[in-house]
Amino acid sequence: MSGSCQGKPSSLPETPTHGQPLWLLAELTYKCPLQCPYCSNPKDFADFTEELTTEEWIKVFEEGRKLGAVQLGFSGGEPLVRQDLSRLIHEARKLGYYTNLITSGVGLNERKVAEFRDAGLDHIQVSFQASDESVNNMLAGSQKAFQQKLKMAREVKAQGYPMVLNFVTHRHNIDQIDRIIELCVELEADYVELATCQYYGWAYENRQQLMPTRAQLERAERITNEYRAKLAAAGNPIKLIFVTPDYYEERPKGCMNGWGQVFLTVTPDGQALPCHSARMLPIEFPNVREHSLDHIWNESFGFNHFRGYEWMKEPCRSCDEKEKDFGGCRCQAYMMTGDAHNTDPVCSKSSHHDIILNARAEAEKPAAEPFLYRNERNSRVFCKG
Amino acid sequence: MMSMEMIPVLESMFRFQWEEAQQCYVLLYPEGMVKLNGPAGEILSLVDGKRNLVDIIGLLVDKYPQAEDLDKDVVVFIDDALEQNWIRGVV
Repeated sequence: MSGSCQGKPSSLPETPTHGQPLWLLAELTYKCPLQCPYCSNPKDFADFTEELTTEEWIKVFEEGRKLGAVQLGFSGGEPLVRQDLSRLIHEARKLGYYTNLITSGVGLNERKVAEFRDAGLDHIQVSFQASDESVNNMLAGSQKAFQQKLKMAREVKAQGYPMVLNFVTHRHNIDQIDRIIELCVELEADYVELATCQYYGWAYENRQQLMPTRAQLERAERITNEYRAKLAAAGNPIKLIFVTPDYYEERPKGCMNGWGQVFLTVTPDGQALPCHSARMLPIEFPNVREHSLDHIWNESFGFNHFRGYEWMKEPCRSCDEKEKDFGGCRCQAYMMTGDAHNTDPVCSKSSHHDIILNARAEAEKPAAEPFLYRNERNSRVFCKG
Repeated sequence: MMSMEMIPVLESMFRFQWEEAQQCYVLLYPEGMVKLNGPAGEILSLVDGKRNLVDIIGLLVDKYPQAEDLDKDVVVFIDDALEQNWIRGVV
């Protein structure tokens, strides 16, 4: 067993075998100029305002690297809001990380793209809301967003970065998937993530307005496959990644490749999480201000809680697929059933699977309610303090 | 047939480095990592955008004089790396 268990009383369970946190996601801030109604940030983000300092982040990066972290994502909110971003990129690159900036492009300019390059930034991911200007701006809650994104995507390529374009797809833009792909080709993206909206955070609140029908989804996947074949035949190395929504599956996703196995998120105020949604769970997660990342990853209660299979209830516990999907997503189980130990309701073996069937049926109806936009005013409604 | 004069160059999408935690060479790219086996790592560590295949094979032969068919192994790997778009060839 892992050396981190040594010295503990033998009556305590040993730390289960687990991997290294290869992926470190640094959510630098919850501040964002956009208001996307599918944002994965917690609904009560306005409650957490004590952002980590530059030095505190650098300490996190150093400790992460020692644990084997190699991919570092600068995310948010909008990471460009942080005035020390260049410094953080520089320090992370010096430590040997592959540095990824995950941005809306709003707040970026030619000078910053060059400055980040000099600091050692490896890659920029720009998110779009749609291929159509008015739909994009309606979703982003900003009239200038689309033109700015186009301009910045071109700038990123002009300055020689690898570029990933990310489109969160849902019922309002998924029928334009052909236009989305053509736009990505035109912008010379290296990778395109066509990520069907995952229903966490704000997206869960807006699910009925976002979730596509099965027919919409199947059409989009078929068109994506046609483009893949066409682009490959033309010798275009662009890679299209189509992320299917688990709501149309009969078995849950192997969420995060297992709890506390490869992924570690640190929130703007220093909370360490095994995934970016886990803050919603009624579990105490450690803060990087109080504990080392080594302790957090290897020994903390929060990170060990859903490792292994001991925590499982039926039907997961005796299921022969548990090593494949780990019972699915703990957050989804909690949101829908009130108990994070339950089987993810996506699984057709779950006694709560009817919740998913109802969501599918709802998706067939027209989107009735207006969006609940992700902004500070709306967040206050969910705040405890 | 691949020219032995070809100079392999790492594609700008990738970063090549030794990973202490993995005890192997890796290729890093946006949000991903390829762990390289021993021979693949050795070959790529000699790809500097200046050496051609003759130079690379020469250096490997010096380092591993006992190894058989080194030239064939290098050609097979380079072919695969071109296919994967890890490198491009300049003549």
